[in-house]
Amino acid sequence: MPHDHDDHHHDNELDPMAARVRALETILTEKGLIDPQAIDVIVDTYETKVGPRNGAKVVAKAWSDPEYADWLKRDATAAIESLSYTGRQGEHMQAVFNTPDTHNLVVCTLCSCYPWSVLGLPPVWYKSPPYRSKAVIDPRGVLVEFDVILPETTRIRVWDSTAELRYLVVPMRPEGSEGLSEEQLARLVTRDSMIGTGLALAPEAA
Amino acid sequence: MNGPQDLGGQMGFGPVAPEKNEPLFHADWEKRAMGMTIAAGAMGHWNIDESRHARESLHPADYYTSSYYEIWAKALEILLKRHGFVQPQELDEGRSLGKGTQPKRVLKAENVAAALAKGGPCDRPVAGEPRFQPSDRIRTHNFNPETHTRLPRYAHGKLGVIEAVRGGFVFPDSNAHGKGENPQYVYTVVFTAPEIWGDGADPILTVSIDAWESYLEPA
Repeated sequence: MPHDHDDHHHDNELDPMAARVRALETILTEKGLIDPQAIDVIVDTYETKVGPRNGAKVVAKAWSDPEYADWLKRDATAAIESLSYTGRQGEHMQAVFNTPDTHNLVVCTLCSCYPWSVLGLPPVWYKSPPYRSKAVIDPRGVLVEFDVILPETTRIRVWDSTAELRYLVVPMRPEGSEGLSEEQLARLVTRDSMIGTGLALAPEAA
Repeated sequence: MNGPQDLGGQMGFGPVAPEKNEPLFHADWEKRAMGMTIAAGAMGHWNIDESRHARESLHPADYYTSSYYEIWAKALEILLKRHGFVQPQELDEGRSLGKGTQPKRVLKAENVAAALAKGGPCDRPVAGEPRFQPSDRIRTHNFNPETHTRLPRYAHGKLGVIEAVRGGFVFPDSNAHGKGENPQYVYTVVFTAPEIWGDGADPILTVSIDAWESYLEPA
């Protein structure tokens, strides 16, 4: 059965990976092993529903509600699930909190483990050899590339996601953000700040 | 295995070069490769550990010159061939030449939301008490199996401190090879940078891994 999803295939026909992946999808569809529409739904989920805005809401709530922050520290999976963010690559969550003394940075040196349920799909750099190789030996050098310059006295803690725990960094709440609502606060929380390669934005951005 | 995936501390890959305003996908085929990997995995014939092992078993020259979705797509072909779903000739010709292994289940569009929301929890009960407790000093195992493991090379034979007991989890070293889940306790283990990297390392940098109990010995 030739499938009818040509609307998905705008790649140059000469691109070998585009051709290879299309061939594979054709074969699996003809054999009835996959439902191409299921792939559409999976893609749509990560394009429109599951992304770093989820994590930003978790962080904003932790900044606003000390009881929630405490719950997030003790049982991140449950605290995050209470906001309806669950599922694939977020089954076993840990939240790690930045402090004036310690900055947390998350990496997966062995593959590309990433907390999908709160951050969505990882960016290319997170999955690529330069970041995966350097984050554990020279995190300060990595941070410079992201324009994050920490005081020399700030301790860096790198979390290598070698098992099935997925880490969400809770950045420090920016100064001058006291009067902001959770919704306004969430706009200060960037994806990179929840990986540890960024800091939360200053309130002027809200 | 000491494969191309074990990148911690390697050098020479150049800058991280994060892309400004990076799109979620860089080509439409990446969307299909991502979705197919999840949909084919949902047939239930292999687990996430076998998938990871298929990716890290690519030739290093192939691994390092492939984008991550290319790695996924290439590993998916390997898994489909290994489990009898497709034949090499079919991949060459780009069409089905007949039935192969019949799937245990097929992920339909209407079931995707529930499947993604459920995920694949891999925590498991473990008989007995954890061998280690927070603040215990340990030394990591030094071994070089040709099979799958999640103990990175930079953390071989190193002194560390248990920070947390995370509970029982499926053991990837056996699960990747069809040898059962054999769950063990997992611990967050912290190392100082000088312990891992030696001369010249940042004295206030710490690195942690999550380690299965059999990777650790008391120190």
